[in-house]
Amino acid sequence: MSQTIVVDGLTKSYGDLRAVDGVSFAVEEGEFFGILGPNGAGKTTILEIIEGLREADGGEVSVLGLPPWPRNPALLPRIGVQLQSSSFFERLTTREQLRTFGSLYGVPATKADAMMEVVGLADKADVQVERLSGGQAQRLSIACALVHEPELVFLDEPSAALDPQARRNLWDVLRGINTEGRTIVLTTHYMDEAEILCDRVAIMDGGKILQMGPPATLVRDLDAPVRISIASGTLTEAQARELPGAAEVSDDGISLVIQTRDPSTVVSAMARMEALDGVQIHGATLEDLFLTLTGRAYRA
Amino acid sequence: MSGFKSLSWAMYLGFRRDGRAMFFSLLFPLMFLVLFGTLFGHATTAKVKVIEIGSVPVLDQAVRQGGADLAKVLTITRYADRSAALAKVGKGDQDGAVEQLGDTVTVHYSAADRVKAGTVQSIVGSIVESANVATSGRPPTFTLAAPVQVEDSSLKAIQFITPGMLGWALSSAAMFGAAQTLVSWRTKGILRRLRLSPVPIRNVFAARVTVSLGVALVQTAVFLFVAQLPMFGLKLSGSWWMSIPVVLAGVMAFLSIGMVIGAWAKTQDSAQTVIQMVIFPMVFLGGSFFPLDNAPQWLQTVSYLVPLRYLNEGMLNVMGRGLGPASALPQIGVLLAITLVASLVGIRLFRWDDS
Repeated sequence: MSQTIVVDGLTKSYGDLRAVDGVSFAVEEGEFFGILGPNGAGKTTILEIIEGLREADGGEVSVLGLPPWPRNPALLPRIGVQLQSSSFFERLTTREQLRTFGSLYGVPATKADAMMEVVGLADKADVQVERLSGGQAQRLSIACALVHEPELVFLDEPSAALDPQARRNLWDVLRGINTEGRTIVLTTHYMDEAEILCDRVAIMDGGKILQMGPPATLVRDLDAPVRISIASGTLTEAQARELPGAAEVSDDGISLVIQTRDPSTVVSAMARMEALDGVQIHGATLEDLFLTLTGRAYRA
Repeated sequence: MSGFKSLSWAMYLGFRRDGRAMFFSLLFPLMFLVLFGTLFGHATTAKVKVIEIGSVPVLDQAVRQGGADLAKVLTITRYADRSAALAKVGKGDQDGAVEQLGDTVTVHYSAADRVKAGTVQSIVGSIVESANVATSGRPPTFTLAAPVQVEDSSLKAIQFITPGMLGWALSSAAMFGAAQTLVSWRTKGILRRLRLSPVPIRNVFAARVTVSLGVALVQTAVFLFVAQLPMFGLKLSGSWWMSIPVVLAGVMAFLSIGMVIGAWAKTQDSAQTVIQMVIFPMVFLGGSFFPLDNAPQWLQTVSYLVPLRYLNEGMLNVMGRGLGPASALPQIGVLLAITLVASLVGIRLFRWDDS
């Protein structure tokens, strides 16, 4: 497998601010790669440099084996970039948008029309973009990024402001694209999205990559306690504290929560006491890891 | 040219479906054309009204001989009562009164309207003159050849209203078109998206210019068609076709000015405000609403700084004044120079995105 993106020692400053501070990573062909980080972490700047919209101050970038800067018309047809869902031509319909974007790459109209099926907008073909719902506009913006069948796709917050149905729907679309063999780079604030979709994620803050790896591995390595909750009254707090392996116990009158680093022992003890009514077991999530790494302070 | 055709089409559709742009660039100035054309389009001098006191044989004879021609300029009313007739003239209801006592013809007039008073005197004078010639029985020494009409340098209103209103329509459509496209495409990220496509950026600009030139030609055709309707009566002179290069050069100049405004403005709203602030003084100072020939000297001087002046004047020369094709060349030159300078400024101010 070859490497689609190679970034080595990348730096970029705006005045005194080091937006990107010595970042190195590689994305494999066909990989679904996530870049996570709070606002101002440097995600957007890194993407803009890789896409060829900005020049790096230092370091090496290679995309599909080519340097993206200066603007490289040989490379551009091989990458697709999804921008905010407002980046449409005014007053054109769904079909006209896709045909226009397609024609910039020499894509025939019939193929552009077929893209509407992929993102489930065939019934909105003759609707002007101004009248699409948030989810529909989001899907159209992804379709516009994919219309020329790029090998490498960049997605920026693709599920922002979508309702749960639309998000699930969108995730299916994205998985489908990835299964076709395209490499996808995703930036997002939503940890569940990254956890579900990405093969690997890089967590960034202050222009640096703090951790990188498959979400499950990163979370496991966090070694955070597991939370087991049952309905209040099933066990008293005292009984719960006696359980082997229980580290911390709390009861808010609705649920009794036991924190432990040895969940198998605790759960089997509870099973023997027949105290598993309404049990829920929560492991650590990417969100826990993210907050552990980047802190809880408000960001700009 | 990759992307040129489809981008032109996308811009054309966007314009055609934009009711507000259509209204302000076509219907609004057209409404003014219709309004002014109806109000002033047929402003011609009214006939001279004369009272014949009692019987004036010289006048009666003239009416019998040259009735039709005389009736075009003269309306004759008979009055028997001399003092009532003079009272009418005194009040200004009639322009003059004519009486004949024996061989003497007398014209009474009021000085209230000196032009009409003069007309009455000279008409009656020439009637008396030709009566004398007829009586003498000798052929006149001097004869007047068939009159030849000279192209009027004081324009019929419609002749300058049409280029003026068209200049207004063209300049506002071009400035709004360029500025709106630039600001909205930048703030919405379409410019960024186009930069990420393999289409050369010059094709994007070429598409915008082409669509604007096309819209301008349609505006010109509609204006000339409406103004030539019998009710408005625009007469296009021989080299009116020369107004097409004037229109194209003018639209390029205003597109470049719009581009400067669009590159400078942060939001759609500020771009619109600036353009409105530019258009209104420009329309007045550039001679769209009144001919600059009669304007005070300071205004004429200021008007040389107003780009619209050159578009209006160029069109007026070849379309309204009936001057030769070369008469629009200086204006075309100035408009192209404005295009060059404004484009250079616009390119310097140009930004791909807002960050």
